[in-house]
Amino acid sequence: MRRIYVKEDVCIGCRLCEIYCIVQHSKSKNIIKAFRDEPRPLPGVIVEEKGPISFALQCRHCDDAPCVESCITGAMQRMEDGRIICDIDRCVGCWTCIMVCPYGAIRMDQNRKVASKCDLCIGEDIPVCVKNCPNEALMYEE
Amino acid sequence: MLTLCKGEFSVERDDDRCIRCLVCVRQCPFDVHKYDEEEDRIYSDESKCVGCQRCATLCPTDAITIRYEPMEMKENANWKTYHLTNIYKQAETGGVLLTGMGNDKPYPIYWDHILLNASQVTNPSIDPLREPMELRTYLGRKPDLLDIEDGDELILKTEISPQLKLELPVMFSAMSYGAISLNAVKSLARAAAIAGTYYNTGEGGLHKDLYKYGKNTIVQCASGRFGISPDYLNAGSAIEIKIGQGAKPGIGGHLPGEKVLEEISETRMIAEGTDALSPAPHHDIYSIEDLRQLIFALKETTAYEKPVGVKIAAVHNSAAISSGMVRAGADFIVLDGLRGGTGAAPLVTRDNVGIPIELALASVDQRLREEGIRNKTSLIVAGGIRSSSDVIKAIALGADAVYIGTAALVALGCHLCQKCYTGKCAWGIATQDPYLTKRLNPEIGTRRLVNLLKAWSNEMKELIGGMGINAIESLRGNRLQLRGVGLTDTEYRILGILPAGE
Repeated sequence: MRRIYVKEDVCIGCRLCEIYCIVQHSKSKNIIKAFRDEPRPLPGVIVEEKGPISFALQCRHCDDAPCVESCITGAMQRMEDGRIICDIDRCVGCWTCIMVCPYGAIRMDQNRKVASKCDLCIGEDIPVCVKNCPNEALMYEE
Repeated sequence: MLTLCKGEFSVERDDDRCIRCLVCVRQCPFDVHKYDEEEDRIYSDESKCVGCQRCATLCPTDAITIRYEPMEMKENANWKTYHLTNIYKQAETGGVLLTGMGNDKPYPIYWDHILLNASQVTNPSIDPLREPMELRTYLGRKPDLLDIEDGDELILKTEISPQLKLELPVMFSAMSYGAISLNAVKSLARAAAIAGTYYNTGEGGLHKDLYKYGKNTIVQCASGRFGISPDYLNAGSAIEIKIGQGAKPGIGGHLPGEKVLEEISETRMIAEGTDALSPAPHHDIYSIEDLRQLIFALKETTAYEKPVGVKIAAVHNSAAISSGMVRAGADFIVLDGLRGGTGAAPLVTRDNVGIPIELALASVDQRLREEGIRNKTSLIVAGGIRSSSDVIKAIALGADAVYIGTAALVALGCHLCQKCYTGKCAWGIATQDPYLTKRLNPEIGTRRLVNLLKAWSNEMKELIGGMGINAIESLRGNRLQLRGVGLTDTEYRILGILPAGE
């Protein structure tokens, strides 16, 4: 399956990946409305930064995903194409997935009390973080 | 002390569009934008803005407009804002004013006064999409006569001097690793390799990662002799002795110690943190005879297998000097004109020293022809070549090829803010700060440079095809293809072209 890979030597820490992720997962998908008028979703990608080093981190969609195995309600599940998503109607916010994730790629959505993570942009050919990275630091590859 | 210098730019933020994503705050290396969490507002300190346009380009909602708004003084034809702000700065600092990139003053740009010919009725023009066109160029000393043995097969008996083979008459000019980032040099090297042309190391030595591009490298030997070793000289395809630079004729170079980090220190072969000082002259070259000694020392080192050339800034007596350089053994001559760029130069030198490249080119080509030695050298011009039409005009005026520096950097993202000397280039080009150099992804840089050369190649083929010429060799020195507009009789005489209508 195709996954997102990062080239940290050209990640410039601009965080546009986070911004476009928020827009993509917003109600209107309009950047100005998403940030100003609507409840703002958490980005599924997190830019880690220390000094000159930075990189974008998102769910690795592991083959042996501990989050799926440990989910107590079956909200965290693998789709047919291999991607792992969180069904927020079933998520009860127990945060077990966050504790077992080896990458720290799942975050608590405190507003909705559900787990929030990258879904590789359902319905998009290329995830928006990859598409909008100004320095091509993200790749979407097998 | 109260500063009398105000900023030159205004930063306009459209608050209806700003989403406080803080991309501008993170991207500005000059700390113009600051986010106030308490007020959820971004304040911009305009006095620090250099107009590099990085924030405006990356803003995802187009909320930022940077406008050039210098301090408005009472109108005065003599005392321009330029002079007043320079005096204010000098009164405050007591220092030589520094700047980057090429001369930006309104001296005549002769390319814009020269027009090209096209075929009509009496000679057919050529469509480059349907017929083969050739831009291939060879640089190096050409023989006076060819000795060919006749027989079943023709055998060339004359020994041909080493030549550089270019797929188009455009190369990347000398920009050192130190003046520009390693990612920028990598972009130039890879693009030169793909496009079949050459890039020039500048005087900063050759980084160990770049030896593999040696086939497309011209290595430079400048007055500081940084990073020079037999390995280095043999790593490239040609050697260029740098006597002068168009942006600062008569002046040496100075890479501040804070930029001499581990890898630069290794590449330049100097201690980490020490200033890299290039003397104004080569201290072993005070005459044409001395130059000949260095040329032949370099030829000896490289077993006479590589062309050795000499680069000078275009100055008043370039023609006479060029004649001397050819006689000293230079296989190619580089003339760097008034508008040539730099990473750092005194403003007063950059803006006032040197001559326009068009006039230098025409006079040098003419002089070498008159002396019957034009074939002994190739003529490369540099300094302010902006477009494919400038290249074509240069070749018709007598150049064999051109060097582009500024145009290449613009392709990499340079916005000509002229702040290279601060080492804070927001585009990751003229900086060694690891946080900033990452901004130039060499893969993107290579692609953009290759695209530029491809676009120029196509345009050049269109232009020469329009003149009914199918090989750039047939245009070289063909000044009849040029006509001038709005020039004086003296300028026509020096350029060796006719006015339009004649």
